[in-house]
Amino acid sequence: MVNLESASDRHKAAGRLAPGTPVYLDHAATTPMLPEALAAMVAELVHTGNPSSLHNAGRRARRVVEESREQIALAFGARPSEVVFTSGGTEADNLAVKGLFWARQSGPRPRRRVLATAIEHHAVLDSVQWLGEHQNADVEWLSVDSAGLLSPEVLRAAIERDPDSVALVSVMWANNEVGAVQPITRLAEVAAEFGIPFHSDAVQAAGQLPVSLAASGATALTVTGHKIGGPVGAGALLLARGVDPVPVLHGGGQERDVRSGTLDTAAIRAFAVAVEHATARRDEHAARIGQLRDNLVDRILSIVPDAILNGPAPGEHRLPGNAHFSFPGCEGDALLMLLDAKGVACSTGSACTAGVAQPSHVLLAMGADKFRARGSLRFTFGRTSTQADVDALGTVIGEVVERARRAVRQAAPPAAASQAGPIAAAAAS
Amino acid sequence: MTALRVLAAMSGGVDSAVAAARAAEAGHEVTGVHLALSANPTSYRTGARGCCTLEDARDARRAADVIGIPFYVWDMAERFAADVVDDFVAEYARGNTPNPCLRCNEKIKFAAVLDRAVALGFDAVCTGHHARLVPVEDRESGDSAGPLAGGLTGQVRLARSADPAKDQSYVLGVLTAAQLSRAMFPLGDSTKVQVRAEAARRGLAVAEKPDSHDVCFIADGDTQGFLTSKLGASPGPIVDHDGQVVGSHQGSYGFTIGQRRGLRIGSPAADGRARYVLDIEPVSGTVRVGPPELLDVDEIVAVRPVWSGRAPSSEPMAAEVQLRAHGETFPATCWLDDGSLRIRLERPARGVARGQAAVLYDGDTVLGSGTISQTALADAALPVSARS
Ligand SMILES: Cc1ncc(COP(=O)(O)O)c(C=O)c1O
Repeated sequence: MVNLESASDRHKAAGRLAPGTPVYLDHAATTPMLPEALAAMVAELVHTGNPSSLHNAGRRARRVVEESREQIALAFGARPSEVVFTSGGTEADNLAVKGLFWARQSGPRPRRRVLATAIEHHAVLDSVQWLGEHQNADVEWLSVDSAGLLSPEVLRAAIERDPDSVALVSVMWANNEVGAVQPITRLAEVAAEFGIPFHSDAVQAAGQLPVSLAASGATALTVTGHKIGGPVGAGALLLARGVDPVPVLHGGGQERDVRSGTLDTAAIRAFAVAVEHATARRDEHAARIGQLRDNLVDRILSIVPDAILNGPAPGEHRLPGNAHFSFPGCEGDALLMLLDAKGVACSTGSACTAGVAQPSHVLLAMGADKFRARGSLRFTFGRTSTQADVDALGTVIGEVVERARRAVRQAAPPAAASQAGPIAAAAAS
Repeated sequence: MTALRVLAAMSGGVDSAVAAARAAEAGHEVTGVHLALSANPTSYRTGARGCCTLEDARDARRAADVIGIPFYVWDMAERFAADVVDDFVAEYARGNTPNPCLRCNEKIKFAAVLDRAVALGFDAVCTGHHARLVPVEDRESGDSAGPLAGGLTGQVRLARSADPAKDQSYVLGVLTAAQLSRAMFPLGDSTKVQVRAEAARRGLAVAEKPDSHDVCFIADGDTQGFLTSKLGASPGPIVDHDGQVVGSHQGSYGFTIGQRRGLRIGSPAADGRARYVLDIEPVSGTVRVGPPELLDVDEIVAVRPVWSGRAPSSEPMAAEVQLRAHGETFPATCWLDDGSLRIRLERPARGVARGQAAVLYDGDTVLGSGTISQTALADAALPVSARS
């Protein structure tokens, strides 16, 4: 039994948070809001006005939205009319995948093939899957190499099997788990050669890489505010002119009739401020977090020599702010819990079902076995990251990995030994 | 008191939420963990209450947030399927009547979960069970068992809850002294009514959540249907105690010794009296029935004995025995014989099912337990249910 009586020293969080500030290494999940974006949002929330209204208050709001649209267009190599505001990345991905597929069903011959990589974010992955299960789409998952990269030749071969039957291609610009950066321009070029719409989820790439609708040659790009210092709930589909996806949301006909719903003026304003800020400092920012990342990779590999860096080697094919490891003999959720208890926030990188971590579909698609896929952790850097974060992780990662290994080792012989005393053990025979 | 690192198992119910809150309030460093026991927790079921729905996971998380403790979900589905669900099915197939809650405590909460917790640096596992752990004076050293004396907390004894109607010491009777030394049951001194009132006072939304009664992994409460789906139909005869075939059934595993309802014996028995299940012979698929007095037993063999405190000597000892959850206790003499526990009841008990635990008590204190494997009536010409 454990005594429950009053604790003499009641440091409730004893040992939980390491002294000092918590270490946030999960910028790929969401980022702290940029103070300027926050200020702009709060300032805007004070005002009344629906940007679709014709009176003065509406015109005022409309002006804010359109200025924001122009800033975002400029930052992402698009025309203002090519910015379709959405509630975020998930909605933009749904609109691109479903809307472009549906739009390609009219015409003399319906195009049923949907080509996407097996490592897409669930917003694309599940949309594509849904088209396959409910809309008669023929889904083809494009295979990636062990680093998570798609070769333009693989895409070309898939298209060439029957070019006229392809409805669309969707390949994410940068992967949210392992940070793999695809050769988007070359992939878009292949699709364009056959006149096939090409969508790319650039949610993770934005702010770290030069993301441009025009320069990439893509038909549609997904971006979202909260991964680059903006608010949650504002994002956009950058949609080339002349492309008309069938809407997912029907209603008042806002946003080129493609995405109905009253625009969130304050969130869009803050989104634009964040985009502008991120774009202005992008190269310097990428270099800075790339250095932090390289330092973290070195530290982890020196402390845990058998750790495996998943994804492409640091360099042009990897997001500068991403490090993703498998720790052999560990379970990712145990690592996460132990690090959390030490004040370090990171992620297993993969989706959860009711809080239960599933083996990452990304790592599995890269050929990792189930155990490697389970024992993985993602560390991602952003604007507020510092060397102190790397140092803090370096201080604790060794003991945390050792502990997590012990937990797996002792669970190995099922049910045996456990806590049973000698009496029970003898009697059980 | 030293603050301990405590893993609070949180089912999503009111008891485990209040238990976690009390442990945190006492100054321990508490982490809430919900055990995902179902391989496919996709439903928001209503009606049947269990411990593995999405809604329960959400309720547990919400309670942890209100208490202000970290919270995680641990995936125990594989272990639970192997150690509890498969065992449940196999036991029924053998003609036994298992208690899955007891098995879950023995194999999951205080074995797989406790072991993992200890390996990850926790000192103890806290649950919302209604039972008490009372420190025992260590007479040899003369020390009273302080919270961290001897092993983790020194010797403890497991005792019944202050709320007799909610007492769960029976389903904890399978735990060893070592397991109990790392257990924490903060609710033992409280009644259920007090626990609910406290939950409301603490702002825990689960205050009014109904108690779970059903087997948590059988969503609709239809144990018979669940077993049929796992084991398939296997028809056999229902035979009266005199050997006469009086009916048939679709699977002997659907029956429990002592059961009266649902026998569907067409004609009334020759003596016009009600018939009860006396025995189940899984190999031949025969279910034997008879009048209630043939259900009386006073000799019990229980295998795999486990001791909550020190193991007794081989001398016979007096104890009270409880033979099913929420059942009455019977005065008895018990002794160890070749690794098994022998129990002689002072007066016969009726309807004792193989597979249930026989838990030995000394007053309120649990001494230990064994799994019932044979029963007999000493004075009867024929033991009604004796096999090894
Ligand atoms: C690659 C990628 N796509 C889409 C999303 C979803 O974006 P949002 O959270 O704005 O819906 C995310 C964020 O988790 C992401 O990482």
